Amino acid sequence: MAEKVSATTAQIEYEKQKRKEEMKQQVITFALMIIFTIIAFGMVMAEMSKLFVIPVIIVLAAVQVGFQLYYFMHMSHKGHEMPAFMFYGGVFAAFLTILALVVLVWW
Amino acid sequence: MSEHDVLNPKEMPLNPEKGTLEGRNKFVGFWFFLGGETVLFASLFGTYLALNDSVNGGKTSEELFGLELVFIMTMILLTSSLTSVYAMYHMKNNAFKKMQIWLGITVVLGFSFLGLEIYEFTHYIHEYEFTLRSSAFGSAFYTLVGFHGGHVLFGLLWIVSLMIRNAKRGLNLYNAPKFYIASLYWHFIDVVWVFIFTVVYLMGVL
Repeated sequence: MAEKVSATTAQIEYEKQKRKEEMKQQVITFALMIIFTIIAFGMVMAEMSKLFVIPVIIVLAAVQVGFQLYYFMHMSHKGHEMPAFMFYGGVFAAFLTILALVVLVWW
Repeated sequence: MSEHDVLNPKEMPLNPEKGTLEGRNKFVGFWFFLGGETVLFASLFGTYLALNDSVNGGKTSEELFGLELVFIMTMILLTSSLTSVYAMYHMKNNAFKKMQIWLGITVVLGFSFLGLEIYEFTHYIHEYEFTLRSSAFGSAFYTLVGFHGGHVLFGLLWIVSLMIRNAKRGLNLYNAPKFYIASLYWHFIDVVWVFIFTVVYLMGVL
């Protein structure tokens, strides 16, 4: 019995350690997100060519959202199959919605 | 064992937000809801993209938007996202007070964001007479950004209610999922804002 208890405390310690490391990763993610934001604003303020800036800032936004989803909202953890399915289902419908509305007006 | 003991175990599990079936259901159900929210915002973004050139002889987005304020708002909201990550870190370590403090910081940042947004809107209305009724661009802009602002307000009221309601109870398996889900909602608000500052403001002044 005593053995079992110590095993669980060891496991808890291990988990806590893992969480601390994850927290560090999340702070790094945050720093990257700030940098991406500054790059996006900087490129627009520097008045670079529209054709170059628009795709780049959209990619930067997409990567930032990925960071948010996988690190801040823990989608990188186990047991997120159903949430991922639901969320990407929503993203798929969202893509179709934007495409439809834009094509309707811009055609 | 009574229900009270089940929800207040002597030793908190490692993931208290998934300690009960109700908690796990809330978690999956909430992600389902976020999928729906994505589509809701997509329809508003699609409308905005389709109508942002229809200014009806009024101000264009280029003449209206100032990036300085938007940059500050972005930094505030991004930071509030990190502070709610800290709150959830302390929740998992069963440090209720620390969680409350970090949630409090998140709420303060959220209200400053909201204050700046209200300032921005009143500025447009009074200085430029740019309103919801000025043009199709005006309608699309205020609906999209205003809907996001409404989400911010709702999220803030949600988090504040949770903090006050559970202030004396402390953390247990009944309210841990509630805190976790409120923080997911807060992150989602930031996700939407990333696209708003990119698509509306940055692409608007290009």
